[in-house]
Amino acid sequence: MSSSSVEYHKKELPSKVRTIGTTLFAAGLIIVALGYVTDPVRSAYNNIVGLTFLISVGVGSLFLLALEYVAGAVWSTPFRRVTEFLAANIYIIPLLAIPLLLNVNTVFHWTHPESADKTMINKAPYLNVTFFIVRVVVFWLLWLGFYYFISRNSVKQDTSHDQSLSKLNIKLSTIFIPIFAITISFAAIDWLMSLSPKWFSTIFGVYYFSGTVLAALAAGTIFIVLLNEKGYFVKGLSSDHYYSLGALLFAFTNFWAYIAFSQYLLIWYANLPEETIWFIARWQGSWKFISIGLVFVHFVIPYFGLLSQPSKMNPKRLLAMSGWLLFAHYYDLYWMTMPNYGKDGVVLGWIELGFPLLIAGLIMLVFNFKAKSQNLVPIGDPKLKRGIDFRL
Amino acid sequence: MSGKILYSYTGIFDTPDQIIHAAEKAVEEGYTKYDVNTPYPVHGMDKAMKLKPSKLGYFALVFGLSGTLSALLTIWWMSAINYPIVIGGKPLFSFPAYVPIMFEVTVLSAAIMTVVVMLFFFFKLPNNSHPLHGTVYMKKVSADKYGISIQADDPKFSESSVRKFLEGVHAAEIIPIYWDEEEINHQNKIFEPKFIVFLAAVALITSGVTYFSFNKLMYMVPFNWMMDQPKLSAQQQSPIFADGFGMRLPVAGTVARGYMLYQFTGQPDSAGKTLVNPIPVSKESLALGKTKFDIYCSPCHGYNADGASRLRGQFPNPPSLHSDKVRTWTDGRIFAVITEGQNIMPSYSSQLSVDERWAVINYIRALQRALNAKESDVQ
Repeated sequence: MSSSSVEYHKKELPSKVRTIGTTLFAAGLIIVALGYVTDPVRSAYNNIVGLTFLISVGVGSLFLLALEYVAGAVWSTPFRRVTEFLAANIYIIPLLAIPLLLNVNTVFHWTHPESADKTMINKAPYLNVTFFIVRVVVFWLLWLGFYYFISRNSVKQDTSHDQSLSKLNIKLSTIFIPIFAITISFAAIDWLMSLSPKWFSTIFGVYYFSGTVLAALAAGTIFIVLLNEKGYFVKGLSSDHYYSLGALLFAFTNFWAYIAFSQYLLIWYANLPEETIWFIARWQGSWKFISIGLVFVHFVIPYFGLLSQPSKMNPKRLLAMSGWLLFAHYYDLYWMTMPNYGKDGVVLGWIELGFPLLIAGLIMLVFNFKAKSQNLVPIGDPKLKRGIDFRL
Repeated sequence: MSGKILYSYTGIFDTPDQIIHAAEKAVEEGYTKYDVNTPYPVHGMDKAMKLKPSKLGYFALVFGLSGTLSALLTIWWMSAINYPIVIGGKPLFSFPAYVPIMFEVTVLSAAIMTVVVMLFFFFKLPNNSHPLHGTVYMKKVSADKYGISIQADDPKFSESSVRKFLEGVHAAEIIPIYWDEEEINHQNKIFEPKFIVFLAAVALITSGVTYFSFNKLMYMVPFNWMMDQPKLSAQQQSPIFADGFGMRLPVAGTVARGYMLYQFTGQPDSAGKTLVNPIPVSKESLALGKTKFDIYCSPCHGYNADGASRLRGQFPNPPSLHSDKVRTWTDGRIFAVITEGQNIMPSYSSQLSVDERWAVINYIRALQRALNAKESDVQ
């Protein structure tokens, strides 16, 4: 079971990854810049969608990484690097967070509470600009720190084949998971829930978490399937690995639906004004169709798309469903954020196009940058051989 | 042959690789009626035997979806058609409230029916005898060997060729399996018409008797003793009265038994001066007072009436009943407080009858006396 029996020759990613990444990034950047010039408020709302999406992919990937270590999973080891590269997006979170922090007063109404508004005055000890920025920075540093050490140990193992590095990473992951649980919940409350600061929901952190894991899994699956089909990994990765990825995607599709429906059902049942206000805002005018669409986009379509066993093993189907789920997560974030801006109906135009393009480009560029300097397979990991031989 | 009928030729192998090889070869040779027996699931066997994916999943899907639909129809019919009651101001057809039930029924029917279909359709369950049972072959392949059994009714079967085939794939042992005598032409008793008729008759008779006794017998003389009563139920029509209402208002100017009007609403002081405790202190009245006090008064005032209760700290603290003020109050004044409430204390007139209130007051007096005893009590 020595890892030296695994044959791996590094192949450079094709140059078109960089070309496409740069093109998308440049196009996105132009649209975002134009958007910020013409309509800064609307752009700032879009910025939130973009930022939370990037956090989903980056921090969610770090969570999946920690999960692999803690659970001792072997099947995902051969393509763990993909998850590591995606987690590197944590580095560029400030790129999207800083323009938002400059616009914090236009987006977040809790920054200027009216003195007669008792609810907001009572919430002020938590919802104030200083503490908000402190939280954003502390969370980011925590994520970055754990990402830095976990990925550094993993890369070091490529040359040293030192098993104690795995143990060290297991310890780091064990500490990270509860920290992740807390930070991701509060990040969701800060960036998304505080857009409607008078709204109450006790399940919102979990709701965002379910989407986060789904987005990270979907992004990872896209890269894994594309790279594996073109032979960038080691030989021997079979449909059993695809099936496991598909099963996780399917499971978290259901988990998302479960949490989303739990939130809706409890609020609908209790019918309290401070809770229903959020759903009522998403039932105004044409938002109604976006809300109904969410059920189909985020649940019904991926549910039936991934239901059967062959569909989870088929690389094409897996690729299509992963792409769809990434879109679904963006759609979900859009549905959470934009009704705070366009209160009467759907806001959709060229400005909304900027951030998806920008982020797609960024993720590709970060991936390409990381793939240049590092192996695409963790060749020093003691679990690698078992991971390749994994069968259901 | 010794008169026995051949069921199959079996070959026994020592390693899982050999059995996979044997299965692949069997497919190549064109055998269709054969099976592989191993002590545990061997990976890659489906592929080697070129088995098609199981159809069981489709049954799960169909039964699951029918569960969803039947749950939806059932709740819709029950809560919107058959017995419409508005609950919590929601519409009669409240889809979100149905979803958890639909989900549960989906899972339940999919799970149960999948197992049932698997056992009775795919495994042909009531078939409780098989030629391979109790053979040396079965003993070995359920312990540490791997076996293949090629059936005699396979179109390509012939003893010599199968033996040659098994030798060709290096079987460690080749054993022919014969039918047991009882197994030949054996028919499962469950499928005999007599048994089916018997089952149907039992089902018919039990359901008929149940239906008859609950729906007919109960309404016949003399079993309808408790059913047939001359009184009117609530909301029932009555031909006696001109307006046809069965429910009547009390006759004007009358008072119900045990119901005394309280005349001192809003005037606790005059109640204190006028009302006199009609219940003498006795063992019974103190026992009744203690029971009622412990149920209704102690949550706030405490079991000892000192205000140290389990709700202390969650409301403005209830006062101790041992204060000079309460001790010097007359029984009538305390009666006024229990009847009408005071500050945040609500009225207890609906929980405590008049006599019970007086009994509680007797008990409070006893509690007060316990803390502030007179000299005469000691003697």
